[in-house]
Order: sequence, then structure tokens, then C-alpha cells
Amino acid sequence: MNASSDGATAQLTRKDFVSDQEVRWCPGCGDYAILAQIQKTLPSLGVPKENLVVISGIGCSSRFPYYVDTYGFHSIHGRAMTLASGLKCVNKDLSVWVITGDGDGLSIGGNHFLHTLRRNFDLNVVLFNNRIYGLTKGQASPTSEQGKVTKSTPMGAIDHPINPVRAAIAAEATWVGRALDNDTKHLPSMIETMAHHKGISFLEVFQNCNIFNNGAFLHFSDRKIRSEKMIYLQPGQPMLFGENRDKGIVLDGLKPRVATVGEGGVSLDDVLVYDASDPSLAYLVSSLDYPDFPVPVGVFLDIERETYEDLLEDQVEKAESKRGDMSLQDLVRGTNTWTVG
Amino acid sequence: MAQRDVQELKSVTIRFAGDSGDGMQLTGNRFTDTAALIGNDVATFPDYPAEIRAPAGSLPGVSGFQVQFSSRDIYTPGDAPDVLVAMNPAALQRNLKELVPGGALFVNEDAFTKSNLKLAGYEENPLEDGSLTDYRLFKVPMSTITLETVKPLGMGKKEGERCKNFFALGLLYFVYDRPLEPTMEWIEGKFGKSPDLVEANTAALKAGYNYGDTIEAFQTAYKVDKAQLAPGTYRSMNGNLATAYGMIVAAQKAGRPLFYGSYPITPASDILHELSRQRGFGVKTFQAEDEIAAMGSTIGAAFGGAIAVTGTSGPGVALKSEAIGLAIMAELPMVIVNVQRGGPSTGLPTKTEQADLFQAVLGRNGEAPLPVLASRSPDDCFDVAIEAVRMAVKYRTPVIMLSDGYIANGAEPWLVPDLDTIEPIEMDFLTREGLGDEPHLPYKRDEQTLARNWAIPGEPGLEHRVGGLEKDYLTGNVSYDPENHERMIQVRAEKVQRVAQDYGPLQVQGPDSGPLLILGWGSSYGAITSAGEFMREDGIPVANLSIRHLFPFHRELEATMRRYDKVLVPELNCGQLSHLLRAEYLIEVESLTKVRGLPFKVVEIIEKSKQLLSTEKAV
Repeated sequence: MNASSDGATAQLTRKDFVSDQEVRWCPGCGDYAILAQIQKTLPSLGVPKENLVVISGIGCSSRFPYYVDTYGFHSIHGRAMTLASGLKCVNKDLSVWVITGDGDGLSIGGNHFLHTLRRNFDLNVVLFNNRIYGLTKGQASPTSEQGKVTKSTPMGAIDHPINPVRAAIAAEATWVGRALDNDTKHLPSMIETMAHHKGISFLEVFQNCNIFNNGAFLHFSDRKIRSEKMIYLQPGQPMLFGENRDKGIVLDGLKPRVATVGEGGVSLDDVLVYDASDPSLAYLVSSLDYPDFPVPVGVFLDIERETYEDLLEDQVEKAESKRGDMSLQDLVRGTNTWTVG
Repeated sequence: MAQRDVQELKSVTIRFAGDSGDGMQLTGNRFTDTAALIGNDVATFPDYPAEIRAPAGSLPGVSGFQVQFSSRDIYTPGDAPDVLVAMNPAALQRNLKELVPGGALFVNEDAFTKSNLKLAGYEENPLEDGSLTDYRLFKVPMSTITLETVKPLGMGKKEGERCKNFFALGLLYFVYDRPLEPTMEWIEGKFGKSPDLVEANTAALKAGYNYGDTIEAFQTAYKVDKAQLAPGTYRSMNGNLATAYGMIVAAQKAGRPLFYGSYPITPASDILHELSRQRGFGVKTFQAEDEIAAMGSTIGAAFGGAIAVTGTSGPGVALKSEAIGLAIMAELPMVIVNVQRGGPSTGLPTKTEQADLFQAVLGRNGEAPLPVLASRSPDDCFDVAIEAVRMAVKYRTPVIMLSDGYIANGAEPWLVPDLDTIEPIEMDFLTREGLGDEPHLPYKRDEQTLARNWAIPGEPGLEHRVGGLEKDYLTGNVSYDPENHERMIQVRAEKVQRVAQDYGPLQVQGPDSGPLLILGWGSSYGAITSAGEFMREDGIPVANLSIRHLFPFHRELEATMRRYDKVLVPELNCGQLSHLLRAEYLIEVESLTKVRGLPFKVVEIIEKSKQLLSTEKAV
């Protein structure tokens, strides 16, 4: 995103980003935590309030724009990224946030997910993944686990689920991250980091739906076991986890495995050092999942590529200078004319 | 050269037909430009297959281009060709039945081989079995002569034969007494980088001309005099180009960038192509991943304050419909261009139809009215595009502009407008400063237009949210209140009705009351206007009217219709405008319909009119 500093933004606080609308998510919903973290982070970005735009699709998460006192657009199911793309084409200085969910972003909006990411618009996309359809009251979503029993899958979901981070890397996004809704330290740092990335940044947030899919992530996110079941990716650091930080990810060829440092001849030097500038490594690490591996969160990928809107603007500038003093009247007249009378 | 008789003709219709690889569109366009340059009025109708290259010599591969050129004002490319140029048996098979009796038939006899005849479904060679005696048949070995002409230039058989369309063109130039120079200049410009091709094509063009001169088969030179067109500078213009230019001009008049989000679709893609070339005028085109994304990006661009336009054809509008509803709810200005084609479903992609009128007027969920305009001719697309943008901006509403395949690709002379005479378009963005001490109410309306307040991102202090959920009447916040919903439905409908206060007068041609009004819309304008003029010249007191505004109708429309005993509505669908008129006014209309992927012929409208007038008398 394009952070321009402005004296007027210096005094902004969380309160400036709270709208006058009553928040209507179910009590206990993970969405509250994400909203609070984003509202808390926005003032620190150095972006004037009027240059912030939040665009969403349809779903519980997509009510988000109503609660943030910036420009906002609650659009239609799956299409938030298309609106955001058009907006960035015509005003590249805006800081545009897309709020979507697993159904909105990956099912009905799957096509736009793929194309918006590859184009590398400078957008901040936050996908609330609760692995269920909440607003329609409990059907399987594209991230629901295979075998999951829901209202629409009484005998268990047959679909193989989509892994949003993997899909984002495959779609060649330039910044890909993952966080937990109630991780009050890590989530805001992810939001801040993604905001400062120029180009598309895609953040998957594991978000608990306490009504239709309560505890969907507890088997690894429960605070009691989190250190054993999750791994925080840190660029340039060995991939260590565990209560005693003695477990690590080791590669056998291209095959990752969990090893304990100091056991079986594995030393700290054998532990994989994470590098977020390597898309292949990011893709490999994105395959790590419960129960065989700790679930990775943090920045998977962070690379530079020119943004769509900058390339578009470049073309306009080049074409304008090439046009010289040719007027629109000249264009409309053309070169092949004849005169009557 | 022997002195030839000169016969003056008012107008001539020529159809060039050949394999899709034979360059018939190019040939037709060159002939058209030359005719226009020497002062004829012209109208064209390209008719090409949906297949990019069907098998050579096959019936599905036939591509045609019809042009009428005339010494009077004309509105159609002609009902039936007076002249048919058939480059192969399939072209003859497909087009002969259209040729007027006694018409001239130029065939490339070299192409009438056993295998080509078989591909075209001929058991006997029609050039030899006496079946063409009703026509003036000219068998010309076009391939052979062309090859002999280009051989000395070192051109191979395959490449050389491809020049034969220029041979045919040269021959027709001789017959109709046209100059070669404009085409030679065009060849130079087009193939200038390959001197071989310039030389070969020019040689073939001249060889065709000289062939006509030499064989003395053409004793009569046919002359079509200059038309009496209004004075000024003219150029040739087709509907898609005029639409693209209209949008660029509208954006410039609004002082905002033009955004065009689109997904390729026949027959609308040329608008995308043209606008993509015009980045130099600040045009931002976005080729979206699908029709829905094209619409979504257009809404996003409108939200950002650009002149936002999307273009597509009927199947694309179907996909965009949900998002168009969002644009209606958000009350943001944008234009959706539908270049109609034959439907339903994939239908007839390269053929014309006017069957998306219901879709434009009615085709959304909920009560979702929006203004619908239709262009009636290639050049009219320019004016309609500007009016659509102006209306969208002034009333903060999406507007649908209907065009169709016939006018999108058809060309006619266009009196180049002076852009300085076009009024500016006021965006009227709300600013904090302009608002003064008043609170910001995003859905507060202008009393005269009912347009809502419109602040764009970047304007400090006016942050607000819009979306597809029902809005509160003033604040724009989400509201589920029953009375509010009804009130919002009504005010959105009333706003759209009010666009009619800006319409120009209805332009009826002919008597302003009488036995019959021929009432049409869109591209049937040409045939309707010609039919009206021809009948009035014969003393039949019919009137004709083409309406641009399909929703809401012109406020004078009902009264106008009621001044005539009968109203005939010709349209290329199963009676959609007739249906809307009856529903709106409880008025009886006669419907003349045609759904063959082809435009009306003038004669079809005249016949139906005469039939209605004779029953009138009998009663």
C-alpha cells in the first residue's frame, strides 16, 4: 500500500476508525478481534483517513466496512476484488482493503482471487477463514475439512478443501501471510506488515465461528498447546517450535520432517532457515499442516513486483507524451476525410 | 479505349462474397471508402461467419460484405444486391438467391473446380448448366490473371493468388467508374513495410481495372453521382468506433479519466480494442477475467469518480445483472454498452438482433429500473454514448446503451462534429467545503434530479459506506425498515423517470397525424426511414419515428402515437417494444417481427405498411 505521510494523520487514533454503526456479529465471534486489531493498526499507517477504502463481498466478514469509519463498499457475493481493482485503476493513491471470507473469496469469488492476485494490484486482502458458511447458517465451505458434517453435508463433506495460503502463493501473490484471530500480538504485526507491502498482500486469518463451527482451530491454536502445534515463521531464522524451541523442520531432499535438535544427529544447523523471498520454499512450507506438522503462521512470502496500477499509469504517461499535440478533435476527425460543399 | 455509354444510376448495391480467407471485408471496405471519397452516400453490412476459418471453400466459411452507394441520402446497405461478386462456388450458392433478377454476377471461374463445387453442394457447374441465365454473368479467370500479373514480381503461387481480391476490386472500379488512387494510397500505407506486397496488390488492382477495359464486355459505364449531403468534413464511421469515441469525448467533457472494464465478446470487442489504443487520451482499459469482474471493476471505478463504462453483448449482460443491481442500489453513474447479437445463449454471435430489450429494461432482480437508450445508426452511437454518460452522471445511475451487430460493424459517412459545441458534463462531487456546516447525508437528494450526494474517496471528512443492502433514505446506513424500503424503491424509480425531462423533441418524419405511424428503435431505423421516404414519394401519407429512449419513454410518445390510426412497430425480435408500449399505454400496435440474424429490408416494411393501409380502407 501507498502510505503518504500527512500532518493531519498524526493525531489519528483507533477511535477515528470506529463508525457510528452498531456491530452486529454474534457475541463471541472471532470477527470482533480482527476488527479491533485493524482499527488499532490503521492510525499507525500514516494514511489520511479519507484515502482509506474498505471493500467487501457478502458474508459475515463482509459487514466489516460498515464498522470502520473510512470510505467503504459492501458489494455483492465474491466480487469485492473486482471493485477494488477498478478503484485502484482510477486512483492508485488510495489504500484499499478487501475483506472477504472463505466462501466469498474462494468459492464464488475464486476466479477473482486468482486473477487479482496475479495482477499484483496494491491491495490488502484479509480473508477471514472460519471453514464454514456462517451467514447462510452452516453449510460446508471450500475450506471445510473433508468428512466434515454440516447442514449441506450430513454424511460428511466430499470436497477436498482448498488451502488459502497455498492458493495465494500459486496465484503468484507478492505477499502472503497467515494469523490467528485471537493472537493479539501477532495479528496486528501482520496487518501492519501487509499494509506496508507495495503490491498485493494476502492475509489468511483463522477465525472462529462460535455458532456454526466453534473451536475449528483449537486442536492447534489452544493456548495450552499452541507452542507445540504451531510454528511462527521468521525470515532468516531457523524454523523452530515447541515449548523448549527444540523442535525444528528439517528437509530430506524436498521432503520436510519434524526433528528434535540434538536427537538423531540433528543439529541446529540442519534446521531449515526460513526465507520469505523464495516462492518455492513458501509453497513447500504452506503444505505443513496438522496433525503431522505444526501449523505455520506469519509471513510466507514477501517479494517485489511492479503493481498493475503503476504499469497502467506508465502506459498512460508514455502514450500521452507520444501523442504530442494531437487533439481529441484530430483523433475523431481521423486521417481519411472528404469535404462536401 | 472505346467510348462507353454512360448510364446514371441513383444507387447501386454490391455484395462481395468469398471464402473467409479471400479478403472480402477488406475489398468491401476499400470500395466503400472510395465511393464515400468521391461523394456518394454509403452504407455497409459486413456479414461474416462465427468460425474464424471454416474449411476453405465450404459453405460455413463464406464471408460477405454488402455496400450500397447512392446519389441520395440512404439509411441502409440495400435490400438486395444489384451486383454479386462470388469468389467461389460456395459464395455463389449462399448469395445467389439474394441477387436481383437481371443483376450482374461476377464470378472467379478458376475457383469452380470439382472439389469446390462439391463443397458448395453443386452437382453440376452452374456456370455451364444454364442455370444462371436470369443474370448478367461475367465469368472471369481471376486467379489465373492475378497469378500471371504478379509472377514477374517473383511472387509464389500461394501468395500471388491472395492478391485476387484486389483484381476483383479493380474490375468493379472499372465498371462503376471509380478512381484507383485512394486504394493505391491505402495499399501503400497498409503494406508499406513490404514493398513486394505493395507492388503485387497494386498490380492486381490495375490488372482488374484493365481487364474490364480490354475485354469490352462492359459497354456501359455506370455512374452514381455525388449525394447531396450537408456541407462539412466527413469520414467513414462504424458503430463500435463511434461508441468508443463518444465515451472518450464524454470523459474529456467531464474532465475525468475514462475507465473501460470489459471482457472480450463478439460483437463488442472492437470497442475494447479501440479504447485500449487511446491511452494517450487518458483512457484506462481493463481486460477483466470475466464479465462479472468487468462490471465489478466498472462499479469500483465509478465509486472512485471516473467516467466508468463497460461493454459487452447479451450473454455478458446476463452475467453482469447482479452487479448492475448493485450499481442501482449504490446510485453510482456508469454506462453498460450492450452490442446485441442473436440469442438466446450463445445464439448467433456474429449476427444481429434486437432481442435484449426486455433484458435491458426488466432483466434484474427486485425493482431495479435504469435508463435504457438505443443508438439507431453507426454515427448515432457517438451521440448516444455522450448522452448516456451525461445522464448517468447527472442522475447518479447506471445507464444501458443498446447497439447491435448491424450498426456496430456497419459503416456510413459521418459529418465530423466540432467537439467545442458539445456541452461540458458536470460531475458535481460533494466536498466538505461545499457542504458547509450541514451534516453529511450520503443519500440526500437534489430536488430537481433526485440524484444523491456523491463524495468520492480522497475527499476529507465525507467518509461513508455504500453497498447492496437497502439504504436509509438520508444517511445511507443499512435499513430494514419496511416503510423506508418502499420509499427507497419509489424514489429510485422516480429518479429514473425524471431523466425524461432532459430528452430532446421526438422527431417524426412525415405527416404529424394520419393513417399510419411506423415506430421503431435501434438499428431498424435505416429500413424504417427509407420505407417512410419511399412511400411518401409515392404519395402514401405514412409517418415514421425512431425512438432513442426505451426506458423511460419520451413524455410525448403516447400522444404522438394516438394521432395515428395505426402504429406499426418493426423490430428484430418477437415483439418486445410492442409489448412494452401496450403495457405502458394500453394502446394497440401492429408488430412486425423478424429474427433471422439479418436486418430488415426496406421492402418488408413497405409491404407490411401497405397491407395495414389497405385493410384500413376496407373497414
